[in-house]
Amino acid sequence: MNIDVTDLSKRFGPTRALDGMTFGVRPGLVTGFVGPNGAGKSTTMRVILGLDAPDAGTALIGGRRYRDLRRPLRTLGSLLDAAAFHPGRSARNHLLWLAHSQGLGAARVDEVLALTGLTAVARKKAGGYSLGMRQRLGVAAALLGDPPTLLLDEPFNGMDPDGIIWMRGFLRSLAAEGRAVLVSSHLMGELQDTADHLVVVGRGRVLADTTMPALVAEHSSLERAYLSLTRGAVEFR
Amino acid sequence: MIRAEWTKLRTVRGWVAALAGGLLLIVAFSVAPGAGGTCDETCRLPTGPEGQEVTDAFRFVHRTLTGDGSITARVTSFTGERDAGPGRSEPGLVPWAKAGLIVKDGVRPGSSYAAVMLTGAHGVRMQHDYVHDVAGPTGPRTPRWLRLSRDGDTITAAVSDDGNRWRTVGTATPDLPSTVEVGLFVTSPQHAEVSTKVFGLSGASGGPSTATATFDHVGFEGTTAAGWRTQQIGGPSATSAVAGTDGAEEPRPGPPQPASRSSARDGVFTLTGNGDVAPAVSGANGLGFSVTRTLAGTFVGLVPLVVVGAMLVTAEYRRGLLAVTLAATPRRGRVLAAKAVVIGGVAAVLGVAGAALAVPLGTAVMRGNGLYVNAAPTSTVVRMVLGTGLLLALCAVFALAVGTVVRRGAVALTAVLGLTVLPYLLAMSVLPARVGDWVLAVTPAAAFAAQQSAVEYSFVDNLYVPSAGYFPLPPIGGLAVLLAWTVVAFTAALVLLGRRDVR
Repeated sequence: MNIDVTDLSKRFGPTRALDGMTFGVRPGLVTGFVGPNGAGKSTTMRVILGLDAPDAGTALIGGRRYRDLRRPLRTLGSLLDAAAFHPGRSARNHLLWLAHSQGLGAARVDEVLALTGLTAVARKKAGGYSLGMRQRLGVAAALLGDPPTLLLDEPFNGMDPDGIIWMRGFLRSLAAEGRAVLVSSHLMGELQDTADHLVVVGRGRVLADTTMPALVAEHSSLERAYLSLTRGAVEFR
Repeated sequence: MIRAEWTKLRTVRGWVAALAGGLLLIVAFSVAPGAGGTCDETCRLPTGPEGQEVTDAFRFVHRTLTGDGSITARVTSFTGERDAGPGRSEPGLVPWAKAGLIVKDGVRPGSSYAAVMLTGAHGVRMQHDYVHDVAGPTGPRTPRWLRLSRDGDTITAAVSDDGNRWRTVGTATPDLPSTVEVGLFVTSPQHAEVSTKVFGLSGASGGPSTATATFDHVGFEGTTAAGWRTQQIGGPSATSAVAGTDGAEEPRPGPPQPASRSSARDGVFTLTGNGDVAPAVSGANGLGFSVTRTLAGTFVGLVPLVVVGAMLVTAEYRRGLLAVTLAATPRRGRVLAAKAVVIGGVAAVLGVAGAALAVPLGTAVMRGNGLYVNAAPTSTVVRMVLGTGLLLALCAVFALAVGTVVRRGAVALTAVLGLTVLPYLLAMSVLPARVGDWVLAVTPAAAFAAQQSAVEYSFVDNLYVPSAGYFPLPPIGGLAVLLAWTVVAFTAALVLLGRRDVR
């Protein structure tokens, strides 16, 4: 199942957040979504999820708009903000209400807790979690519906080196299972050994949409590719 | 989706504790030790033929009447005296002082009757069985001729200026036996006034009153077994008895009561009485308190419910959790509806449970403290209990809707508590009666009317104020006002939630 973003535009007052954003996410690959802060990565993801309304353009998951999906978490799993839970609720209960909203039961909750290594702390209040554990909880929520497509915003944020290694392997295995995985980051290095494909964005539009080998071939390294592509697209430098 | 929202609600320990606390507060207020009184088991109001508690106390000069017949009399003077502060009294009739003719099923307080009377300020009236009132001519009070006649089951009241040309005031068919007591009666209720200039109920004044009426040309037609007798019916007993009294009264301990007496000379009867023949009321002019008082803790219990209702959505805005919720259920209206069903349902259950506990417990505690609690029909108590559930449910949904519109917990709580609990509290305490009534008619707090137990009668003087359990709107009307606020807020919430980006 593909995610297809076509010609998205959105303004916030005088700011042009999205300016003809167009790209696709293919199954079986980890697609890195990179660009400086304010490039429109998060806004694009929010538009895909139907949280923000675009001024123009479409975002389709397997040819359908997100808001037309009946049990959306079974089609597209997402992690936007690792802090988006009630701090007084345990991780298990957080996942439990999400499961109930998708017609899923507690058994699936325990599966994703095991998958993300949270079983031991599942009944503790999520408010006490470290940032790394929160990211794992967010990934668990995204996997709840066993979806063919995944969308993760900055999943490496706040993770310790062990966590980053785990996350890389995990994302690769999700793609290996045939899922379409879109992972945003503003740090190129995090994606270096993870992404098969890269969409580089700046100022609300796509600067490059290419495979990792092609990009590395064109520029001598990823860092350099990134810097040269995003030059002029960064707000403060 | 409802199941998901229910899971959300029950898995935050603080919310569950707050909801349980709301229930506890409602019950705790009802059993909190309050003011004491001197009422014991003997302190009871009679029950009228239609089931209401009634006041039935008056000076009565009467004889029996078997079968059909009539009584006629001319009232030549009607004056009164009323309390004017500690140890003082002033001349003047209270508006619902009564003097006239009555036909009654014996002399037991609370029995069936029909009567025609002059009143202090409301002209000639025909009343029967305590709760039925028909207005006759107004105009100069005395002299005036009155007649009460019985024809089978029908009692007809008539009035005349000259004793020749009669005008019918009304007819009634109270359930009377073939032999009844007919005669002259005088009574004068507690008077109560609210000074409109003064802030709060401290401007209320009131006290006992008496009325004295002179009757002549007393005519009787029909079969009787005895001559005229005189007697105080119900209420405070007479302090003196003159010519023709039955002398059966005993002095009564306690503060001196206004005099009740009668005298008869050359066919001229002068009666002085105090009391009332009317349905019982709660508060200033009544003996007791209304059952509504047992639910006085509702406004406190409402606070945690409103907090949780608003937090259900504002906490999600604050943490960015709403994005997760709406990613799971993109149909935003459904999410809001599910939240409303969950918090509304929980609030309704808590309200019904709290009121169902508070009414019997609170009544028992008040009686134990020596206070008289006016009886309320079962149907009224059921309505109060269910109404409390609806009140809490609508307030919680209102808070949810306002929270959705303003997106900030503190703002939502200020607005909702300021529109529900605050008007109620102000109307119950410092607001002048008229302003308080207005506030309780237009704000969402109007729904507290669902908890009214006592009935307001246009023909009984009383301080019909919220603090005595009298609300300006009927129960359904009050709930409708809150419903209207809730519908408006919920519609705004649906529109804004559907239209805005989720941030």
